[in-house]
Amino acid sequence: MFAYYLRLAFKSIKRNPILSVLMVTAIALGIGASMTTITVNYLMSANPIPHKSEQLFYVQVDSWDPHDGANSNNEPPDQITWTEATNLMNAKQAFRQSAMASTGGVIEPEGQDEKPFMASIRLAFSDFFPMFDTPFLYGSGWQDSAGENRDYVVVISKATNERLFGGENSVGKTIRVVGKNFRVVGVLDEWVLVPRFYDVTTGAFDETEEVFMPFYMKQELELTNGGNTNCWKSPEGEGFAAFLQSECINFQMWVELRNSDEKAKYMDFLNNYVTEQKALGRFPRPINNQLSNVMEWMENQEVVADDAQIMMWVSFMFLLVCLLNTIGLLLAKFTGKASEIGLRRAVGASKTDLFLQHLVETAVIGIAGGLFGLALAYLGLEGIKTLYGEFVQNLVGLDLTMVASAIALAIVSSILAGMYPTWRACNIAPAIQLKSQ
Amino acid sequence: MTQWEIGPIFRALMRNKVGAVLIAIQIAVTMTIVVNSIFIIIERAELMDRTSGIDEDNSFYLTTTGFGENFDAKSTAVTDLEMIRNTPGVIDAIQINAIPTSGGGWSMSFQVEAGEDKPDEGAAVYMVDEHGVNTLDLEVIAGQNFDLSDIRWREGNSRDWPDTALVTKAFAESMFPDIPWQDTVGKTIYIGPTEPVIIKGIVDKIQAPWVRWEDVEHVVLTPEITEFSSTRYFIRTEAGQRDTLMPLIEEALASSNKQRIIRGLRSVEETRERSYRGDAAMIKILSTTMVVLTIVTGLGIVGLASFSVNRRKKQIGTRRALGASQGAIVRYFMVENFLISTVGVILGAVATIGLNMLLVNMFSLNALDWYFVPAGMLVLWVVGQIAVFGPAKKAAGIPPAMATRTI
Repeated sequence: MFAYYLRLAFKSIKRNPILSVLMVTAIALGIGASMTTITVNYLMSANPIPHKSEQLFYVQVDSWDPHDGANSNNEPPDQITWTEATNLMNAKQAFRQSAMASTGGVIEPEGQDEKPFMASIRLAFSDFFPMFDTPFLYGSGWQDSAGENRDYVVVISKATNERLFGGENSVGKTIRVVGKNFRVVGVLDEWVLVPRFYDVTTGAFDETEEVFMPFYMKQELELTNGGNTNCWKSPEGEGFAAFLQSECINFQMWVELRNSDEKAKYMDFLNNYVTEQKALGRFPRPINNQLSNVMEWMENQEVVADDAQIMMWVSFMFLLVCLLNTIGLLLAKFTGKASEIGLRRAVGASKTDLFLQHLVETAVIGIAGGLFGLALAYLGLEGIKTLYGEFVQNLVGLDLTMVASAIALAIVSSILAGMYPTWRACNIAPAIQLKSQ
Repeated sequence: MTQWEIGPIFRALMRNKVGAVLIAIQIAVTMTIVVNSIFIIIERAELMDRTSGIDEDNSFYLTTTGFGENFDAKSTAVTDLEMIRNTPGVIDAIQINAIPTSGGGWSMSFQVEAGEDKPDEGAAVYMVDEHGVNTLDLEVIAGQNFDLSDIRWREGNSRDWPDTALVTKAFAESMFPDIPWQDTVGKTIYIGPTEPVIIKGIVDKIQAPWVRWEDVEHVVLTPEITEFSSTRYFIRTEAGQRDTLMPLIEEALASSNKQRIIRGLRSVEETRERSYRGDAAMIKILSTTMVVLTIVTGLGIVGLASFSVNRRKKQIGTRRALGASQGAIVRYFMVENFLISTVGVILGAVATIGLNMLLVNMFSLNALDWYFVPAGMLVLWVVGQIAVFGPAKKAAGIPPAMATRTI
């Protein structure tokens, strides 16, 4: 029976080619536009570390100006000072923890012909690697003691390893970074994070760094500040040490807390810590500490761009117009077939039969629209790539989930659109239709 | 009134409501999107139309990063600047800490009165020497430019500031709203609570690095050259020389000193394009959406009207046989569409304002100017009339003899 309905559907579609093309195109345009914007939004709001995003918490403490909050909505500042970074690390109150900062430096390759180049560097503690499940190609992260002892060790990215060592196992070899010799202890595998959640201050869709280095190198080698540096009062005195002692924020802190118990304990610890600092004359504002898990932090930092959201809503309205269009056209079409339907009813087809028959016709149009729409979505994403350039590279890929949901969306919406016209068509009284013949 | 047959048309519509309602909703949603899109497009276009105040077409910059123990930032800067300034085709060059419109830079807060907890205002700081005004294509409209004796060296970790500064007219007016901007020359302002700086001159206009900042023309120039290992050179060339000079100067710098790397060579034009790329993209995407949507709606009207004409062939033939002119038939469909559109655009006006309020709340967009709504209504009315004209014309062509035929 299904095959017969399918044949009838194709016949009916062929009978009004212009109308059918119009319907398929309308659905395709609506689906294409929606899928394009949904994909961008879906990738922007993706969970970059799904298996433990609930256990990783970003630490915020309010060390800001007594007269003027760090933000208009009384949120604590989005980064912490060197003092907090080192104090909280020394306290070791979480299951795992890492303060971090970004910096940059020149790498000087061994060979005389190789040109020195600038590399992005992340300063972190040894927990950084197990906490964020960084994939290792060779070796591993450094030992906790190596970080504390300020050993000159680094973990490098896969790309850096390929550039410096042609991709071979470089663990134990030496590289020259920021004018010093460092021993390679680990090489990361490809590590793409969308968004790069652990530090979104300079842009959530930056790539992971090329070199990872123990945090205290910041002090040891007086490394420059990457990212944003904000101060509510100027450092007291001159020099690098004064900056580190100051109330300037340039550091981030993540902790891993395995359950709500640990989280409550850590929160207590933070509150106690701030109270102690208040006794020392710091933290002039009311206690306002926050622990946000990965997705809460992404939400807080508004990682999904406003424009992307606006476009998504516009495209949904676009789809709505396309569907209304389809409903209207189907209605007109099925009404036009009234006499045929009357005839079929008279020779014995039940209402259910007719309903199914027309549903099949609608679904055929829906699938055609969906497939065509998918092609348009692909074009749409290519278009976004040309318009926005390389920094949306990771945000415009169509994956299997998206392809499947595009087709599902097309079929569901076209069947929904076809429901009312089909129902109307089946309720035609056969006698009247036959009489007018 | 009777001539337009609004009564009968309306009653006929009420007998087949669904089709009309669908068209009306389509028109309403289309209008909502079109009007809000146009509004966003105009706003973005205005944003992009602002000029940065510098010679955008003929300027470029690069970053030089020194490394190794033997690198001497001071002598490198002096030698480099002399070499660049003496290159034929270069109008002038400076070392600078940040680039207008690039998105990254320094800002400091300034106050008129010294002391903690006094009102302050933020401004972008560009560190330049006495060539700054010429290189950035600025004009000193009051007071004086820096001279050589004002310029100092800034060490890597230095936290203090020079004694003088140039400020933009916009910043002078904002700091001293009660006196004419010309009179702010010689006044003292404070960086942070206590560090005094005397305004030496006023420059016409230069933008801060952050194009989305509401106070984008709040800029202060300070007379200093930095001794940082990593700094930028900003170079202004004679018209048409930029693209030739860019690789030449990059190469000359790279080969003159092996203790550093040259990177980030980029024209100001490209920087500007990058900063506004999101806006340009938004404009293109919304324009396309708008046009396609209007076409879809138009075609929908054409499709439905054609069907309604086909179904009413016999009725139209009868009317023609009874003496209705072709014009009367065309008018019938035009008026019918006008009635539907009217309902649509009224719904559309409400939805347009609703969506705009939502956008204002959720994405802090600006509120729509009122005249966008009637303009949008007018456009959708016209679209409806154009779309229905073809089918109506076809209907008018139905011969009166049709009345006598079955089907």
